[in-house]
Amino acid sequence: MPESLNPESLNPESPNPEPLVYDDRKIRSILGDVRTIAMVGASPTWNRPSYFAMKYMQAKGYRVIPVNPRAAGQDILGERVYATLADAPHRIDMVQIFRNSDAAGPITDEALAVAEEKGIRVLWMQLGVRNDAAAARAEAAGLDVVMDRCPKIEFGRLNSELSWGGFNSGVITSKRARLRFG
Amino acid sequence: MTDDNQKPKQKGFGFETRMIHAGTQPEPVTGARQTPIFQNTSYVFHDADHAASLFNLQTFGFIYSRLTNPTVSALEERIASLEGGRGATCCASGHAAQLMTFFSFMEPGDEFIASTKLYGGSITQFGKTFKKFDWHGRFVDVDDPATVRAALTPNCKAIFVESLANPGGVVSDLEALAEIAHEAGILLIVDNTMATPFLCRPFEWGADLVVHSTTKFLSGNGTSMGGCVVDSGRFDWAQNDKYAGLTEPEPAYHGISFYETFGDLAFTNYAHAVSLRDLGPTMAPMNAFLTLLGTETLALRLERHCANAETVAAFLAEHELVDWVSFAGLPGNPYHDLAKKYLGGRFGSVFTFGVKGGYEMGMKVVESCELLSHLANIGDSRSLVLHPASTTHRQLTDEQRAAAGAGDEVVRISVGLETAEDIIADLDQALRRAAGTVSKAAE
Repeated sequence: MPESLNPESLNPESPNPEPLVYDDRKIRSILGDVRTIAMVGASPTWNRPSYFAMKYMQAKGYRVIPVNPRAAGQDILGERVYATLADAPHRIDMVQIFRNSDAAGPITDEALAVAEEKGIRVLWMQLGVRNDAAAARAEAAGLDVVMDRCPKIEFGRLNSELSWGGFNSGVITSKRARLRFG
Repeated sequence: MTDDNQKPKQKGFGFETRMIHAGTQPEPVTGARQTPIFQNTSYVFHDADHAASLFNLQTFGFIYSRLTNPTVSALEERIASLEGGRGATCCASGHAAQLMTFFSFMEPGDEFIASTKLYGGSITQFGKTFKKFDWHGRFVDVDDPATVRAALTPNCKAIFVESLANPGGVVSDLEALAEIAHEAGILLIVDNTMATPFLCRPFEWGADLVVHSTTKFLSGNGTSMGGCVVDSGRFDWAQNDKYAGLTEPEPAYHGISFYETFGDLAFTNYAHAVSLRDLGPTMAPMNAFLTLLGTETLALRLERHCANAETVAAFLAEHELVDWVSFAGLPGNPYHDLAKKYLGGRFGSVFTFGVKGGYEMGMKVVESCELLSHLANIGDSRSLVLHPASTTHRQLTDEQRAAAGAGDEVVRISVGLETAEDIIADLDQALRRAAGTVSKAAE
């Protein structure tokens, strides 16, 4: 079982938490607002899930800055990898945590330490990753928080692309979508 | 970023809204409101990198209609929504859906438990054809939990039942079966063709996968062959080592593990990217379109189908030439309480009755119908009759036929949407004419 999908690892304080529910408008607003995403735990290995997600988000027009101490100094998909968020010399709109739920705590604190300097407004934990205590700290510092969701899947879901694979997007609308070219 | 978004306000839409709208937003290029029939085989790539991303499953999109097609995808999302599942995969027929379902996790030598009361075509597929793959369906009486538990073996990977069985009006105790399956760390798979998600949503009772013949009530007009497998997205494929196909590296996709990479999208992605790709039983876009039209009126049709069935069953139960009626809606039927629990107070419109006079009389009755059509299908707007022993269940042994509720004297009826009095009048004349013929022949 992938570590990130182990329900026990979702939230150390509550082994069986209620699934999180986010209003589609909140997700739309975040994905429409952010431009630069720091992906903590980005892998340089091309067939890893984080690599898939980074490539997809780049194709949709986001700049993704990979953060991974074990790959620092390398390039992933044309972007230099940094060991820490502090090392990345960029404005960062959103920190995406592609690590397990326990690691999400220290990464959150690292993000909060540089939030003002970098302009970080959103903390997003990947599908299967949930750390309620870390989320509370980030929200107290004024950040928007999303947990246990994949930005790629959410982007695809809200733009009909997930539906192409036969998935239940939960989106019902009589409005004609504006075409976005990725 | 505003804080008024913090509380979820979007309430889930109702069943009838989803049967019309789920999966079918206006087509974005032209604004077409009804879903276009994408009658094309292939899709242009932006460039080589886009093509590579699609082939590597790194992005969403269409490659080739054997795997995915926009009209078929619309139907898949609609059925997934109606069932309350994560995703769905449509294919050429209900049989293809069953093959694809088992193909995703069965290895040679593996077993699964199946109800003895399944549709005869499923019994033949599981009991005969699957043996060629060294997959072994073990048929047990699923009404008895102890029998099901006793049939579990280390190689057993699933329990397969029908929510409402064809043809016998049999209802499965889904909640109890889900508990048995999950204690053993295996799947509960439910064929929901006869009940449809309007009457029963097996995921609400713990099922992990749902299969459909969309040919029946979902399309509803006897126009289109089709099948579907719906994934709840809730099964933990990695809880044991039984489901290696979804958890181990997939060589044909550069060693990705579907479950690790796609999480709750894994099964549906696998069903498209591996099962449809390599088995090839694609649903035709035209059939997807016609089935989408059918689903738009599912609730309305089912209400009338079920009401007509109750009227016809009550008539037959009192008829002098009818020995018994197996309809879960009749008080005293052994499945009446289960039907009330799982089918929401309706009982479907396909059931069986036993005529006095056995095999010969059964055949004569179906031949004597003049409004009801004598054919091998169910779930049409037209009323249909069949003598299972001489047709759909012909491949079975006498014992299998009896267990499946398809003995010599059994007539199956799929009650349609005609005026109930007309259906009754035709059955009455057919029974009387058949009785006359039988006694004349015996003279």
